[in-house]
Amino acid sequence: MPPTTTQAAPAASALDQLTLLEAEGIHIIREIVAELERPVLLFSGGKDSVVMLHLARKAFWPGPIPFPVLHVDTGHNFAEVLAYRDAVVAELGLRLIVARVQDYIDDGRLLERPDGTRNPLQTVPLLDAIVDGRFDAVFGGGRRDEEKARAKERVVSLRDEFGQWDPRNQRPELWSLYNPRHRPGEHVRVFPLSNWTELDVWRYIERERIALPELYYAHERDVFRRDGMWLAASELLPLRPGETVERRVVRYRTVGDISCTGAVESDAASVGDVIAEVAAVRITERGATRADDRLTEAAMEDRKKEGYF
Amino acid sequence: MSTLLRLATAGSVDDGKSTLVGRLLYDSKSVLADQMDAVRRVSEDKGLGHVDLALLTDGLRAEREQGITIDVAYRYFATPRRTFILADCPGHVQYTRNTVTGSSTADVLVLLVDVRKGVLEQTRRHLSVGRLLRVPHVILAVNKIDLVDYSADAYEAVAEQARALASGLGVDLHTIPVSALAGDNIVERSERTPWYAGPSLLELLETLSPEDVADADFRFPVQLTIRPQAAASGFEEYRGYAGRISSGRVAVGDEVVALPSGRRTRVVGIDLFGEELPDAVAPLSVTLRLADELDLARGEVLASGTPVEPTQDLDGTVAWLGMRPLRAGARVLLKHGTKTVQAMVRGVHGRLDLDTLTPVAAAALELNDIGRVELRLASPIAAEEYASSRTGGSFLLIDPQTGENLAAGMIRATNVDAFAAGDQLDWVI
Repeated sequence: MPPTTTQAAPAASALDQLTLLEAEGIHIIREIVAELERPVLLFSGGKDSVVMLHLARKAFWPGPIPFPVLHVDTGHNFAEVLAYRDAVVAELGLRLIVARVQDYIDDGRLLERPDGTRNPLQTVPLLDAIVDGRFDAVFGGGRRDEEKARAKERVVSLRDEFGQWDPRNQRPELWSLYNPRHRPGEHVRVFPLSNWTELDVWRYIERERIALPELYYAHERDVFRRDGMWLAASELLPLRPGETVERRVVRYRTVGDISCTGAVESDAASVGDVIAEVAAVRITERGATRADDRLTEAAMEDRKKEGYF
Repeated sequence: MSTLLRLATAGSVDDGKSTLVGRLLYDSKSVLADQMDAVRRVSEDKGLGHVDLALLTDGLRAEREQGITIDVAYRYFATPRRTFILADCPGHVQYTRNTVTGSSTADVLVLLVDVRKGVLEQTRRHLSVGRLLRVPHVILAVNKIDLVDYSADAYEAVAEQARALASGLGVDLHTIPVSALAGDNIVERSERTPWYAGPSLLELLETLSPEDVADADFRFPVQLTIRPQAAASGFEEYRGYAGRISSGRVAVGDEVVALPSGRRTRVVGIDLFGEELPDAVAPLSVTLRLADELDLARGEVLASGTPVEPTQDLDGTVAWLGMRPLRAGARVLLKHGTKTVQAMVRGVHGRLDLDTLTPVAAAALELNDIGRVELRLASPIAAEEYASSRTGGSFLLIDPQTGENLAAGMIRATNVDAFAAGDQLDWVI
């Protein structure tokens, strides 16, 4: 087919950062698929996993995405996020594996925590699902800008046979020569969005016109105030003395377990509004909306070492 | 639109690097309120009397407990013109491994020295590593200028010392007097250094050009073949080669050669997710369709421009990262682009003393040594000299049993003729 235009492509130094981040993410996903046998992609319906899935579609077009997706369901997910997840899976013809925290609680393998949060409980079902599926590579949407412990994470990060991360003994990552080799029983976690920031993710969602669960945008919701966050009114969260439910216009900056994911007051109803808001905001998405990361300064590091996302 | 610049920072112990990185993040408003609150709280708990910006960058529990930085950490900040990815390389533990890692992807290396101490051995080593890894720009931030009363003479003495060293290495060095603690010449030009006419650190970072990998011969290491094959998809006959353009540019209609097989064909399509591009530049990830059914495997390189002669013999400089020493006779895996081949270390021809920049005879390479090796490969690769191509000239050595990365390698020559000269080996980096 002849070229449709004679205009030369621009110099590499003039490419914008979204184009470069996309090219890097696609390259990473393709390397892992080429070098390993059984990858899986963690897909929760959250914006980072949605962007990662979009990169995977681009990486293999016009072929299908050559691996299944895995969701660790805490049992406390927002219904609209699960509906979104299922719609995407159906549209793309993906194979979805669901690891259910509820099953583990029901048969006693895990104990419900007194504070009701189930995020830390996801690690065991995740690791079991990796073993059961014999997965050797697990794509995750983690970004290094999210949190201090994540800033030390490699793009391709080795996990031992217990799924543990050893931050003091990581492979040096040189040039773009990713090395996912590992011994039997070990696996690698792979983070194609390592170098993206929250703002990059939103600008990319705008540029690529990627659909997200509606709760990322401003909507009216029954909420109550706890620990400085707006939590959704839900039978999962009994009110404590002094707490009252109010109807407010909110949106979610992250999508996770209902019990520990807070909403922010916002009238950002479109992706453009959200970008303006994120660019101006003065608090991190985890600080604003994740109760589990506020527990200690090393909360994320401790969870990651045990095998968390 | 915003462009992207990758930088690496390195320095010696106590020269204020963490403070500098914290200052860049803080002054470019990349630190958010909750992160700053945490730093304030910890600074108060420690009774420091000031907000310690270095605390912004210590990520791991052991780092906070021991007050040291263990591993390369990645930071992100942006100005309206540019987005920055910063690889923060700790100075003391495993400095070679960390500086090599950070420098391998960097467009700019920022080195710190304490103006009161001047150029140290470690500065010399970092400059050498920057040169060895061919980082396009090196900035020397002469720090703690506030502690010498903003003295032009004190700065100039250190800058002169560093420039002499850099010119000997062939490094184009920028020098800036700064105080990371007080913020002088980090974001804004300081009024306390009226004798300095140059840009602030951030201004310089905003204007330096990243390496333009598009301005080179076209190289495209094939990652995998895309053949949907599914019936009724409309793409039953589709066959494309997926990869990332590692250098140069390609247009529909271009003649290309596949290496190492040497087969020639023509590019008939450049695809990206349903979009047909007339041309594309490095470092984009695309899928190429070719005129002939070559049935290329992963690891072949599509190329045009200066011919590449595939080779099984390499003369390489390696930064040894393995815990056990490397000796002649070792069998390893070599990853170059998207190709991994078996390799044998035919010889270890000495190491480089980074303090004196002179070669030293050595029969083995220890952890963190920079050495010269002769490699024989089980099958040919489309190797290029690192001095002319950072992508075509770099390789990894991998332990075939554990999968560990053993060495960062840079190709000096695609033949081993130099070793015939014996003691007269040229070591200029």
